[in-house]
Amino acid sequence: MRLQLPNPGLEDRILSHEDLDKLETEEAGSGDRPKWDNKTQYMLTCVGFCVGLGNVWRFPYLCQSHGGGAFMIPFLILLVLEGVPLLHLEFAIGQRLRKGSLGVWSTIHPYLAGVGIASMFVSLMISLYYNTIMAWVMWYLFNSFQETLPWSQCPLNYNLTGLVSECEQSSPVDYFWYRETLNTTPDIGENGGLQWWMVLCLISAWAVLYICIIRGIETTGKAVYVTSTLPYVVLSIFLIRGLTLKGSLSGVVFLFTPDLTELTNPTTWLDAGAQVFYSFSIAFGGLISFSSYNSVHNNCEQDAVIISAVNGFTSVYAATVIYTIIGFRATERFDNCLGGNILTLLNTFDLPEGNVTENNYDQVLQSLNGTHPDIIQGLNLKTCDLNTFLSEGVEGTGLAFIVFTEAITKMPVSPVWSVLFFIMLFCLGLSSMFGNIEGVLVPLQDLGVFPKSWPKEATTGTTCVLCCIAGLIFVQGSGNYWLSLFDSFAGSIPLLIIAFCEMVGVVYLYGIDRFNEDIKFMIGHKPNLFWQITWRFVSPAIMFVIFVFYFITKVTETLLYKTWNPESENFPTLEEKPYPAWIYVIIFILAGIPSLAVPGTALYKCLRRKRDTKAEQQELKTVSNHIDVNDKAQDGKSHT
Amino acid sequence: MLVRILVLLYLAGAPALAQTLCQPNASNGCRVRISIKTALGNQAYEWNENEMFLFRATMAFAMRRYYKTETYNVDNIIMCNQTLRVSFWFVVTSPENSTMLIPKADVEKAVRMSRHRINNAFLLTDRTLEFLGIHPTLAAPVNPDTPPWLIVFGVVIGAVFAGIIALLVSSLLQKRRKEKGMMEDGQDEEDRQMKGVENDNVLDGIYNRGFTDDDRFTKL
Repeated sequence: MRLQLPNPGLEDRILSHEDLDKLETEEAGSGDRPKWDNKTQYMLTCVGFCVGLGNVWRFPYLCQSHGGGAFMIPFLILLVLEGVPLLHLEFAIGQRLRKGSLGVWSTIHPYLAGVGIASMFVSLMISLYYNTIMAWVMWYLFNSFQETLPWSQCPLNYNLTGLVSECEQSSPVDYFWYRETLNTTPDIGENGGLQWWMVLCLISAWAVLYICIIRGIETTGKAVYVTSTLPYVVLSIFLIRGLTLKGSLSGVVFLFTPDLTELTNPTTWLDAGAQVFYSFSIAFGGLISFSSYNSVHNNCEQDAVIISAVNGFTSVYAATVIYTIIGFRATERFDNCLGGNILTLLNTFDLPEGNVTENNYDQVLQSLNGTHPDIIQGLNLKTCDLNTFLSEGVEGTGLAFIVFTEAITKMPVSPVWSVLFFIMLFCLGLSSMFGNIEGVLVPLQDLGVFPKSWPKEATTGTTCVLCCIAGLIFVQGSGNYWLSLFDSFAGSIPLLIIAFCEMVGVVYLYGIDRFNEDIKFMIGHKPNLFWQITWRFVSPAIMFVIFVFYFITKVTETLLYKTWNPESENFPTLEEKPYPAWIYVIIFILAGIPSLAVPGTALYKCLRRKRDTKAEQQELKTVSNHIDVNDKAQDGKSHT
Repeated sequence: MLVRILVLLYLAGAPALAQTLCQPNASNGCRVRISIKTALGNQAYEWNENEMFLFRATMAFAMRRYYKTETYNVDNIIMCNQTLRVSFWFVVTSPENSTMLIPKADVEKAVRMSRHRINNAFLLTDRTLEFLGIHPTLAAPVNPDTPPWLIVFGVVIGAVFAGIIALLVSSLLQKRRKEKGMMEDGQDEEDRQMKGVENDNVLDGIYNRGFTDDDRFTKL
């Protein structure tokens, strides 16, 4: 007898298998519920949702910093044990119950509605800041249509005597990112006002999103043909371009060189688990919605395996491409460093050109150090090490907007590569936004926030406009700091809690037996032992462990954030500052409210149900006590 | 005889005099550093006396252009202290008085004015033909009237808004067409607005189904 928590009334809330089959045949033409035009659209949408910016700028960094090729081992293990089961679960439950996330969890048990609400809240927070990243990508894209890219050289200062000092001290790419794009303030407290060019880009990002989701999956399904396939095309073009550049192979070798000692470090496993989890976009509610538009007998098991494989492959592929370009950039920097040193030596000692080359640099330096040690000391030659340049591993926005853009300026025909790269980033992000927004729109519809008479275009439009206005926080001077704040707290802990509740809810409240029967009805065979073990024990355990470690790490560490402060002492390096006290309130709102929505809604529903049953009981007492429905009394009356 | 001795002395002494005028680190001297291999790679030419002659001619040209006279000549440019790096010092003497040196500031201005021509004579650039102390001229910034990104933004946002309006209009038309279709169906099945004519007056009446002998109803 399997562990099953009591769940009365479940049968009444769900459609039986016969009803589902009837719905399938009746709904063939039109229906209330939207439908995918064909399987390809569904697969492309799910792939697009899962494959996002994290595959391009988080996975390569993790791979390189946790022992290269060795990182593949925990990544693949956790992909199989954590990613695939969770994905299959979400697909199956969505397809079976045929509702969005809020509907699914309310159906399984009314007290679980909090899980749906938490999903909606998390999706909303993430949509807000994710589209700001899209706005940044669009800004760079718009600026790429110039012959000399604006981030390739420093602008001249006011009286045209030299370069702007902030740019001279750091680098043109840094200056363009921090000053001309973000116009960042040195502190999160100073908001710096709205940056008008960023507001325009934000509006354009939301406008493009709106036109793609204007009629729900009817338009999204057509948009994904482009947004989900174009990134792969561009990645392949960059791979070919990258491999023909000098030094690219040293980058790839550096990325994949395994360091097996990293496997003993628990942080590696934690980071791998977290990466798998966030990369699959689980617990957003979007995947449940998407699979609910499928036909009942769609093979969700196969879909889950295929999409997981595609996601894993894309991560590795993107990492390879990124590191060919990073290898090229590191080699370029190394060559410049060495070239600078050689030139200094030639100039100081008046040696003919070609006397000192890269090959004999060390010998010549040593011999010169023997003969003229004081002069050599005075020169302050920099030490040039290729590995140092390669391990200047950057992730996130730093990778895309600083490191990669610098590498692009060194390639011939830079504007073309820049346009391609930013179109790829835009498509990756846009396809993820489809899922995020779905996770917001469908619960809003289920909650009845919008009047039923409103057409789909109006609901999506209103949501986009309101989100755009709320997103204005991120385009002020301090917007970058707000964005990292949201990234660290809105999207981490609550998702882990939601995913854990999802698994427990389906396996122990809905009932694993009933779930197995459902899957047998939908795809023809019962899920095998692997699924049983992972759903019931392994995946929830992994979720729990990751959650506990994450929670402890976040709570115990002092929260610092990195700022760009031209007045700080070691200027080009970002200055680390502690958050001001009022930020902790914001953090609590971001992470606490969705997490507390789960037990909070359960409590609220429980109390309301108790109040309703009490009221019903009181009413019954009144009715039966005061009105006589006895026949005898009436007979008596009619005689008189 | 005396004239011959004087001429001999002058010919012997002139180079010596020239040498004393050109000294490394002289206040009015300029140092030049040339990196031919860096600039031209495989097509690098050798730096020899002929190239030196070209340099002197080019410098004389630069001085002529700056002062707008035709008095400067190759002899007015004196070079010394040449190294293997290919670097050397040079000074410019005045054409009127061969012992007087042109001040460094004027030489610098002359070089700045004709920098482009000097570079091109040697197929070099500001970085590979360095006049130490004279900074390379900064490229004047090209400021277009409208920033190019604004143009691209305008195009994109125009296309997107046109698309949104097209989609909204098409869905509105679709809805209206559906409503019209339903209305026509409705009139078919439910009340039919009949126009009766009585005494040349148009009356609007509703056809009362209850009084028809209609085959549509099922027979008992």
